Amino acid sequence: MPSNNLTVTPSPHIKSPLSAKKIMYLVILSLLPAGIAGIYIFGLCSLKVMLISIISCVISEAVFLKLRNRDPKAILDGSAILTGLLLAYNMPPEIPFWIPIVGGVVSIVLGKQIFGGLGHNIFNPALVGRVFLQISWPVYMTTWKNPKWAIDAVSSATPLAKEGARGFSYLDLFLGNHGGSIGEVCILALIIGALFLIFTKIISFHIPASFIGTVMVLAWIFGGEGFFRGDFIFHLLTGGLVLGAFFMATDYVTCPLTRKGKIIFGIGCGVLTVLIRLRGSYPEGVSYAILFMNAVVPLIDRYTKTRVYGVSKK
Amino acid sequence: MKKFFHELNKGIFIENPTFRLALGLCPTLAVSTSIVNGFGMGIAATFVLLGSNVIVSSVRDFIPKKIRIPCFIVIIATFVTIVELVMKAYFPALSKSLGIFVPLIVVNCVVLGRAEAFASRHGVVKSIFDGLGMGIGFTLALVLISAIREAFGNGTILGLVIVRSFEPALIFILAPGALLVIGVLIGIVNYMTDRCYTA
Repeated sequence: MPSNNLTVTPSPHIKSPLSAKKIMYLVILSLLPAGIAGIYIFGLCSLKVMLISIISCVISEAVFLKLRNRDPKAILDGSAILTGLLLAYNMPPEIPFWIPIVGGVVSIVLGKQIFGGLGHNIFNPALVGRVFLQISWPVYMTTWKNPKWAIDAVSSATPLAKEGARGFSYLDLFLGNHGGSIGEVCILALIIGALFLIFTKIISFHIPASFIGTVMVLAWIFGGEGFFRGDFIFHLLTGGLVLGAFFMATDYVTCPLTRKGKIIFGIGCGVLTVLIRLRGSYPEGVSYAILFMNAVVPLIDRYTKTRVYGVSKK
Repeated sequence: MKKFFHELNKGIFIENPTFRLALGLCPTLAVSTSIVNGFGMGIAATFVLLGSNVIVSSVRDFIPKKIRIPCFIVIIATFVTIVELVMKAYFPALSKSLGIFVPLIVVNCVVLGRAEAFASRHGVVKSIFDGLGMGIGFTLALVLISAIREAFGNGTILGLVIVRSFEPALIFILAPGALLVIGVLIGIVNYMTDRCYTA
């Protein structure tokens, strides 16, 4: 663009210093504590999964951008790296190396680029990849590794599965001392990242609060024998709820725009998660719940459209 | 002769029932789990298409406009019954694996669509070529989809194992895989058609 001071541009003239690229890298930064915790808990195999998944995402993004005649520099905006990282956080640490590769390709190609790239995808790409893997290779995706200091080296079920449900204290669950996916086990690390995102105003608290709140209330009411006896803290600390609520449901592209819409979205995610956890055939339902609500987002946006300033309601 | 060839040709590519018209998707989604199933379904539908197109186009002047759909259904149902009985007698295994979807050809929108949109407005010979073209197009689409789904979802082609160490992705055998494969193929075919027309 020629540098002349008379260039006329439409508003807005005051631009936020945050660009999509910066936001992506800040989200990646906020996810790092959970990743470090995952490596600390499960050993270096977690790092391997993360690297493979990220590299696979970045390469498929580059190839597809090239095929679509787009500027391949767009891979540097961090969105592919973020997708790869989130995808890896959703996998068990000791997974065959080719699963993160397939997952990365599916996430980027089927989850994102086919819809037109960043900003056009209907569904959260990392979750598309995860659900694809979950349906395709259920055995690999649910063979959890115990933390490396656990005495029995036998792989165990995630605490959410019925046979694995006993024998974990809340502290164990909070610190991540149990089998699970790489990035979801250490709630402490996830909360550090989440607080960072909320205080830098990258995400608003509406979706996570309504999502987690709904899950806890419903788990309390329906989760146990009889009503109002469910172990809602257990439901909060296990599975991918914290990871999903703070880092995946809040994806800018695939969540509603208005506050009211965000709360509806969060409640919907919560209801579906509890339904799948308590009544479904899968032990964990966070990813399906978020994907399902992603599909409803255009509807929510239309329903909660805000009044244009200065225009009467009717 | 050239225009007959055009009727035959259009069903295979330009107006392919599955990829271009997006008709008959429910049997496509349901039976395309293996090449044998897909091919069997395609042939059965082709036979019904051919038969119904011939009969519908030859009696098109006697059918009152207001009750044409019931008349088409009766004609189609006749041919579907023939197909179903023949399949049960000579290909019992195929008949078993296709199950309810053979009788459901009666309401297959490709067959009904061609009867309504083509056979009831054109002569017998043209309708034969149209039915044949559409049937071949439908069969090709089914075989293509089911080949992809069988190869990725089951690790086999025509029941033969391709690579022993390949771990099949179950999703391709299940319903979401069918939707994914069809979606991607429709995208590719649209892209190719666009290029053919603009070039």
